[in-house]
Amino acid sequence: MKIHEYQAKEILARYGVPVPGGEVASTADEAGAAAERLGGRVVVKAQVHVGGRGKAGGIKLANTPQEARAVAAEILGRPLKGLVVHRVLVEPALDIRSEYYLGIVLDRAARRNALMVSAVGGVDIEEVAEATPEKIAKAWVEPALGLCDFQVRGLVRDAGLDPAALKHAESFLRALYECYVAVDATLAEINPLVVTADGSVVAADAKINIDDNALFRHPEFEAMKESTEDDPLEAEAHRRGIQYVHLGGEIGIIGNGAGLVMATLDEVKRHGGTPSNFLDIGGGAKADVVASALELVLMDPQVKGLLLNVFGGITRCDEVAKGVLEAAQRVKIQVPVVVRLTGTNEAEGRALLAGSPLIPAETMQEAAAKIVRLAGGR
Amino acid sequence: MGVLVDENTRVLVQGMTGREGQFHSQQMLAYGTQLVAGVTPGKGGTTLFDVPVFDTVRQAVRATGANAGVIFVPPRNAPDAILEEVDAGLNVVVCITDGIPVADMVRVADYVRHTPTVLIGPNCPGLLAPGVCKMGIMPGNTAAPGPVGVLSRSGTLTYEIVADLTRAGLGQTTCIGIGGDPIPGSTFADLLPLYEADPNTKAVVLVGEIGGSDEEAAAEYIREMTKPVVAFISGRSAPPGKRMGHAGAIISGRTGTPQAKVDALLHAGAKVADTTQEIPRLVAEALRRC
Repeated sequence: MKIHEYQAKEILARYGVPVPGGEVASTADEAGAAAERLGGRVVVKAQVHVGGRGKAGGIKLANTPQEARAVAAEILGRPLKGLVVHRVLVEPALDIRSEYYLGIVLDRAARRNALMVSAVGGVDIEEVAEATPEKIAKAWVEPALGLCDFQVRGLVRDAGLDPAALKHAESFLRALYECYVAVDATLAEINPLVVTADGSVVAADAKINIDDNALFRHPEFEAMKESTEDDPLEAEAHRRGIQYVHLGGEIGIIGNGAGLVMATLDEVKRHGGTPSNFLDIGGGAKADVVASALELVLMDPQVKGLLLNVFGGITRCDEVAKGVLEAAQRVKIQVPVVVRLTGTNEAEGRALLAGSPLIPAETMQEAAAKIVRLAGGR
Repeated sequence: MGVLVDENTRVLVQGMTGREGQFHSQQMLAYGTQLVAGVTPGKGGTTLFDVPVFDTVRQAVRATGANAGVIFVPPRNAPDAILEEVDAGLNVVVCITDGIPVADMVRVADYVRHTPTVLIGPNCPGLLAPGVCKMGIMPGNTAAPGPVGVLSRSGTLTYEIVADLTRAGLGQTTCIGIGGDPIPGSTFADLLPLYEADPNTKAVVLVGEIGGSDEEAAAEYIREMTKPVVAFISGRSAPPGKRMGHAGAIISGRTGTPQAKVDALLHAGAKVADTTQEIPRLVAEALRRC
């Protein structure tokens, strides 16, 4: 789960990380008033779940409250990289002397959390990693030990930070790690960590991603959940709690298990069709989930045919069949639907569907070939 | 006989009395698995499907000689359930549970690797040694005993491929689904050596998918294997729309794309199938050559 910069900064502040202390505004007038209170010279930053906001025009400097009002009016209500901006963060402008990068991320390959520190801050860290990997100091946290002091001391020195900033950077890194663990993050970044002309140190930008699987022990994040999809069908899927990615083709695809659904997409494409979507009903789906998934895919007017490919393990074919029949009662199905059901309770599932206008198929390849032909492909 | 399990494997199920646990315990029993105990705290002393239920794993092991475990408990209790089975000294632990916080798995999986217990999963379909033992949720009726080892990151796609192999007369030693979580208890690279050492396995089918770098790590080992490997990567036509968090890509570099995986596997000497349908033919060819 992604959260906004201002939310990440609120969390970091609780762990003792100094932040610029701005205000959130949802109208241009609010932004102007905030700038007034903050002393006039401010940055106005779009709060949307996309990277590279600065380059896309979502972060602007304003020298007066009037200017802040004007730039907020430009940013608010408009899409930034496809997502409409509803809020801006207004912060006092910093007099920057140097900028650093601090980050913690789950490293899947190393099976532990990785810490990264770089003296090259305020820029896209992926570009730094690509062009000059030696400029990023890294260390991995032993799961049984947690972050050790020697690692913190080593990282800030290996990264070549200004000696005057070392102590601050160390305490920032410890606080960032403490926060990362406490909120069940999978990514926490301060980029840049800014040393100002008067020698103070603040987190000028922050990013925290939270592990969706851990939300059950963080009810405080419930209110921060927000749809990050700009596609109306994906937003609808989000509301329904369905794993759906809109791809824009003509063959609707529903299956169980990400691997099988991906292989089904590959197969439809190989037979000359264009997949409309990726939709995984997940393990153990009940009839209502299947019905809801079918409804969702059929909302796309471009869909000329639908392929349902289920290989039952934890999902039972009879439940899937019930869902298809339920959906057929709720919405008028006007496109051909090819159903391939096999695995757990397949006989019961097929029996339920016998006599319906749904077209059965034995294998994934046969199902793909049938739906592409029936939907008017090749 | 296959890897990790054999006719002496005695299975206990944690969470057997729950909804999914009941259904799949019945399926495991019907398959002929020696399911000797259930474990649900508070239900000790009862029986279900004529199988005794205990309060703790150690009680179950003492009373029944169970040496392997399957876990169907909710995400917040599953890490503790894994550790309880490791503590009781089970050889193999299969955790079906989906939705365990990754921070818990970093800790638990790291600990388990320092013990003799092999952890499969979480968020996985488990393992199936056709005709011998089923631990988990793989449908048994589409598998058959034979010389092919199957190792997969996917659940349902594995069933699909196993069914295709069986139809082509290519039975399996052990099929293992390692699961889709970011931190699996066992990776491809951890399990491939077991197939390499197993006298009954003559070829291995490896089913990967886009994301992560487990396939690339597996390719490093495949290079050294004497047995042929046939691989399939799903999601080759998927657009790179949904990305991992941006710092994640820093460490894994350019890995994770289907092409990187296919290239690494081909380079290591594996055959890579373009569609699932091709897998049985490639396996049959590989078996003829050895």
